[in-house]
Amino acid sequence: MTDAAYNFAYLDEQTKRMIRRAILKGLAVPGYQVPFASREMPMPYGWGTGGVQVTAACLTPDDVLKVIDQGADDTTNAVSIRRFFERTGGVAVTTRTEEASVIQTRHRIPETPLTEGQILVYQVPIPEPLRFLEPRETETRKMHALEEYGLMHVKLYEDIAHNGAISTAYAYPVKVEGRYVMDPSPIPKFDNPRLESAAIQLFGAGREQRIYALPPHTKVVSLDFEDHPFDPSKADHDCDLCGSGSSYLDEVIMDDEGGRMFVCSDTDYCATRRARGFRGALSSEEDAA
Amino acid sequence: MYVAVKGGERAIEAAHDWLAEERRGDPAVPELTLEQIREQMTLAVNRVMAEGSLYDPDLAALAIKQARGDLIEAIFLLRAYRTTLPRLGVSIPVDTGAMRCDRRVSATFKDVPGGQVLGPTFDYTHRLLDFALAAEGEAPRARQAEPRQEPTPRVTEFLNKDGLIQDEVRTEDTPPDMTRQPMEYPAGRALRLQALTRGDEGFVLGMAYSTQRGYGRTHPFVGELRIGAVEVEMEIPELGFAICIGEVTLTECETVNQFSGSRTEPPQFTRGYGLVFGQTERKAISMALVDRSLRWQELGEENTGAPAQDEEFVLAHADNIQGTGFLEHIKLPHYVDFQSELELVRRMRADAMTAKDPAT
Repeated sequence: MTDAAYNFAYLDEQTKRMIRRAILKGLAVPGYQVPFASREMPMPYGWGTGGVQVTAACLTPDDVLKVIDQGADDTTNAVSIRRFFERTGGVAVTTRTEEASVIQTRHRIPETPLTEGQILVYQVPIPEPLRFLEPRETETRKMHALEEYGLMHVKLYEDIAHNGAISTAYAYPVKVEGRYVMDPSPIPKFDNPRLESAAIQLFGAGREQRIYALPPHTKVVSLDFEDHPFDPSKADHDCDLCGSGSSYLDEVIMDDEGGRMFVCSDTDYCATRRARGFRGALSSEEDAA
Repeated sequence: MYVAVKGGERAIEAAHDWLAEERRGDPAVPELTLEQIREQMTLAVNRVMAEGSLYDPDLAALAIKQARGDLIEAIFLLRAYRTTLPRLGVSIPVDTGAMRCDRRVSATFKDVPGGQVLGPTFDYTHRLLDFALAAEGEAPRARQAEPRQEPTPRVTEFLNKDGLIQDEVRTEDTPPDMTRQPMEYPAGRALRLQALTRGDEGFVLGMAYSTQRGYGRTHPFVGELRIGAVEVEMEIPELGFAICIGEVTLTECETVNQFSGSRTEPPQFTRGYGLVFGQTERKAISMALVDRSLRWQELGEENTGAPAQDEEFVLAHADNIQGTGFLEHIKLPHYVDFQSELELVRRMRADAMTAKDPAT
């Protein structure tokens, strides 16, 4: 059911064209942050307005859309964004990673490997990987232009000197095709290896007015040192519902006495495994039956 | 047993229903009409139009009603609506010299051609709660007089005749539109003024206040403050000339600042400029102070490192819709990021404990 008062997927065609041009430029220069005239959306800045604009510019009426937040299809903001496109675009939606042609995500890459033809759209809060080292946009743009990334390496080195390890657990910086240092959005560093993907990956930052992109099979290297190699760690557990030993886990507090369980953050991945008969340590009786 | 968090959709719907009920309040109390808000909450309507960058008192009143009086939320509603409107064209610059002034004061001259006109101002009211207002009474009537007929020339023009104030050079360039192209720094004055006029009143006030207190000293006088209606004219290509398409109320403030001269400029007075939709005096004066402060480079002044001299700092943080959105987004789930932090802290703690007590 489409809201007839608005254009397909809310944005007018001129605006979509402007965004598509930014996306194409981003794909042509992987990892480079393309400024774009971000519009004011009917949801707050910081809640996915960049991702929503990129998704709106990519969607066609034949697309099947999946929206996740923290890996889950049913977190409130994912529900809200999915409903927005159902209402303004009338597009088909799914929770199945394999069935989706466009996936908008916040903070996760789906566990199921993406394939050619799929588009993964990230919501990005702070697109500038150097922002917390240098607050000025005028300076950071210069640093990117000159490939001046010494400051970032010094920061990682200082981490090791102070803490014995690189103390960045999410939004872990990467280098794209040996050129631009890029913020992969606040995904856990566990997800970083999957930034090398067969799908098109688009990053939208609405408030900061930036779009950047990774074309399929782009080389993406997480920054590290030879003697301190990158470590995509996760909780040392299996999923208590589906038993997966390789997926990223959320920790759920069960009671006020330290009881906890670990479950897949990717709800579709977990549900699919359970449907196939996989069981975890705390699966309920009905599940096992 | 843990049950995956389902039902987000139902929870959202229920929350929205509750919100609607709370917005209405006690149904025994008559509902506010948009006309009441527009006519009796005029300064709130003005602020919402100014920071929403959309001059429409009825829509602003609707936004205030829908937002339960939360003005930043109302500004957000207006901005989101504004996005959906086509940009039909550009008006010719409004002539504030021809403004029909409701209020016009100068702090630099005792009397000026056109006169000092106080208008409907809070100035000189004693801020005593008027308990009579709590009861409904007859509508107050102000005394009437013949309107002044003479023109109200701009006060700064008097100084300009003697070359005592820095000249503003007229250009015919079409200014950039910050709602249609991404902000880039350095922004230039036209973009700066756009960002300030829609910037958060509290933020712009705070920045202006900081320059008065000594963080990047500006020493301004209100050369002139005028509030009133101006005509908006637009060139219509089919006609080949400009016609009046409507009227807006504006507040304009020009400050006169002392300036001792620099290597490039002789000693003279300089200007700061504020122009805001509606009767929005505090904002227009604040804007003029911040504008002047940001002009340090152009006038060859020293950068003392004051926040209000820093264009990128001021412009990047003046917008309350951007600010409130990003601030409030930390309410959204962050389980995944938090989990990765949790693991990192646990591992680093374990390493630190082992290092401290290698025996165990």
